[in-house]
Amino acid sequence: MSEKKKIDIEYSQLDSERMRINVGPQHPSTHGVLRLEVEVDGEIVTDVVPHLGYLHRSFEKHCEYMTYPQIIPYIDRMDYISAMNNEWPYVMALEKMLDVKVPEKVEYLRVIVAELNRIANHQIAVATFGLDAGAFTPFLFYFRDREYIIWILEKLSGARLLYNYFRVGGVAGDVYPTFKEECHDVIAKVRKTNAEVMNLLIHNNIFIKRTAGVGILTPDVAINYGCSGPVLRGSGMAHDLRRDEPYSIYDRFDFDIPVGKGEVGVVGDCWNRNMVRMHEMEQSCRIIEQALEQMPMEGDVTAAIPKRIKLPKGEIYSRAENPKGELGFYIVSNGTDKPERLKARGPSFVNLSVIPEISKGYMFADLILILGSIDIVLGEVDR
Amino acid sequence: MQSTNFIWDLFGVNLLTVVAVVALPLGFVLIYALVAILAELKISAWIQERLGPMRTGPYGILQPVAEVIKLLQKEDITPDASSKLLYNLAPFIIFSGAYAAFAVIPFSSAFMPANINVGLFYVFAIGSISAMGIVMGGWASSNKYSLMGAMRSVSQLISYEIPAAMAVLSIVVLSSSMNMQEISHAQTGYFWDWYLFGGPGSWTKVFIIPFTITLAIAYFIASLAETNRVPFDIPEGESELVAGFHTEYGGIKFAMFYFAEYANMFVVSAIFTTIFLGGWNSPFGEFLQGPGWGVMWFILKSFSIVFVQIWVRWTLPRFRVDQLMYLGWKVLLPVSFICFFAISLFVMFK
Amino acid sequence: MTAQEIFEKLRTEAGDAVIECVVQPSYDPFIRIAPQAVFDICHSLRDDELLAFDYLMSLSATDLGDDLGVVYHLYSTKWKHKLVVKTQVPKDNPVVPSVERIWRSADWHEREAFDLLGVRFDGHHNLIRILLPYDWEGHPLRKDYRTPETYHGMKV
Repeated sequence: MSEKKKIDIEYSQLDSERMRINVGPQHPSTHGVLRLEVEVDGEIVTDVVPHLGYLHRSFEKHCEYMTYPQIIPYIDRMDYISAMNNEWPYVMALEKMLDVKVPEKVEYLRVIVAELNRIANHQIAVATFGLDAGAFTPFLFYFRDREYIIWILEKLSGARLLYNYFRVGGVAGDVYPTFKEECHDVIAKVRKTNAEVMNLLIHNNIFIKRTAGVGILTPDVAINYGCSGPVLRGSGMAHDLRRDEPYSIYDRFDFDIPVGKGEVGVVGDCWNRNMVRMHEMEQSCRIIEQALEQMPMEGDVTAAIPKRIKLPKGEIYSRAENPKGELGFYIVSNGTDKPERLKARGPSFVNLSVIPEISKGYMFADLILILGSIDIVLGEVDR
Repeated sequence: MQSTNFIWDLFGVNLLTVVAVVALPLGFVLIYALVAILAELKISAWIQERLGPMRTGPYGILQPVAEVIKLLQKEDITPDASSKLLYNLAPFIIFSGAYAAFAVIPFSSAFMPANINVGLFYVFAIGSISAMGIVMGGWASSNKYSLMGAMRSVSQLISYEIPAAMAVLSIVVLSSSMNMQEISHAQTGYFWDWYLFGGPGSWTKVFIIPFTITLAIAYFIASLAETNRVPFDIPEGESELVAGFHTEYGGIKFAMFYFAEYANMFVVSAIFTTIFLGGWNSPFGEFLQGPGWGVMWFILKSFSIVFVQIWVRWTLPRFRVDQLMYLGWKVLLPVSFICFFAISLFVMFK
Repeated sequence: MTAQEIFEKLRTEAGDAVIECVVQPSYDPFIRIAPQAVFDICHSLRDDELLAFDYLMSLSATDLGDDLGVVYHLYSTKWKHKLVVKTQVPKDNPVVPSVERIWRSADWHEREAFDLLGVRFDGHHNLIRILLPYDWEGHPLRKDYRTPETYHGMKV
């Protein structure tokens, strides 16, 4: 038995096998219950197949059984990080169909809460993106600051995350006496932390090395894939619905649309997408400041709310600029108080579809960063 | 040569004293690990402007004890698909690798468990054992994340041992000894006699001070990589590999990985202290100099290095695996080699 | 360009496949086209210099009773104009040409429409369910859908 077997290996014949890994549905960095089936060749990603539906709650089917105001809480639960922004296009659609004139004060209040929520959303986006890169401290800085924003929104609406605040033609609650001061305080805090995180994370050499030039999304591809929001703007397209087709009172404010400029890396890479979010927080601060200044303090925010909401027969597609991109609602009304069909076009859902396109050929660790830079919420992807 | 073990001096060499000599570092490791875990919690809390644990005992100082008790109570799971023997063996190998290195650490002029002449050499040899344990654990878990973590870990350890060894070798050239006790003795005096500042000698040493400081930084970076700490924690890179090579481990086996990590942190800090910071010597000549005070100085210096490691961890993001290799092979290795060359030239023509 | 102008322009190019342009209150103005011409018309909508609808905002399917409707909401990032295109197919043979090759964003939207309403998109490279489990039966957003009692032995 001690006879040694002579093994002939034809080295050119050796075939290395690719490994398929399931990233998720339980995984620290899929930001929810997303499952990515990843094929890797060593550390290089050769294929990504997203599998969705782990958080599917039949949103669209439910809506067909709900009256129009009853749907608003369900909409909160789509993108639960920026619920205020979610409600807006839906309420706007109903207002357009019913021809309701929204009071001035309500418009300002909506702008303020939506922009506050946009800051909160971007804080989470940047924080978790940093966490994906391994930086833990900015994550907690942002969560600490986000709490102040949530407190304001809680005082207005009574809820921390799922506000159910917008009504057709109004909002649920009026401002409280110290509202303006608290908003100014929060803006100061946001700016201070942003400056700190700029130093600590965004311009950190390791972070730049990790994110710059990774997951490059060219504008043509981004538009073809229907990307919107910071993902599209990170590719250098100045596409922002608040500017391109100003809804509500956004035409009254002076603000810039930050786009990826490629100060570091290439336009359209993870770093630039992330940087757009950092700049957008600052722009949101500017909008809030102007809105606080112009907002009339008198007026009843619930005055214009119709008692009974019954839409005429018709269809509408209404969209608004959510923190994550363009959120659209396609509502088909059959003349009753319930929608015949309600389709939600979630920005996360559409932005996520670009993942297989931009992550091939990068390393496994980059895939996580690309996913983080797209900033998805699975509640909206799966609905 | 003077004795380096007060236990054997006092009680002679017999079975009991040998056990005592072995048990002393073990006790130290266990207590130290608890302190280090608490330090990690509290320092991270301080950096992140929060309180950290506050419920367990006054200011939460019993938190690590509670954590260890929690881990001990957990069910000991061995996955069905795993290779049972290797899976169960891996944590022990890693921990013994970390613990064995304590044999040559000179805690004081009067205590060093094993006074061997190739101490530094021994540390590097023993340090590679933990790599074996990591591969064992990662492979035997039959989990793809674990396997990837193990692969990364080994490539990282091998890459970073070379610059670390270069740094250590330069000091060996300067002190012409591999015995850690002798290296410590050579640095007796004031803090400018430390090898960080060129070691003892005439004014001509100013020529090598830049090189020794560079080497100290190179060694520190390499030691972070060797202990799998941020920014080089890619073997357990939480965001991509869940927990890397110890994804499947739980309970007491996980606790052993945990302890081994902290023990390794201390070992590299102790080597850094010994070769660059004068070991157990007082920084101010005869001020508080002596075998007893030596322990204090040694632990103080090592802990400050551990503190820097923790500080770095909560500040920096993580490298990617290819960037880590780049840094190891194309930056640290040439730099440490140049420094080694310069120091050797200096020693030749001194 | 308004929907009416686009309709007339398309009418001269594609002829009868462009059925009508509906402008009426409480409707976004839309163009109704024949299902078999969807791909060609969409292609010219995207590539025509004056139309340049390069952005598919949304693709939704609806249950219209006997028919299934497919609605395309288009936007042009160049001219900043919008258009709604509609088509409808009978329920017993709901086949619509896929526009996935024109706008890649249609990929997942079409899968969703297939998943929830059972519209089959001809030419789609990977028309499988997206939100529901891959072995789910039926298309829940159809009005005549009955929720199954069990799924793999589990009560629904």
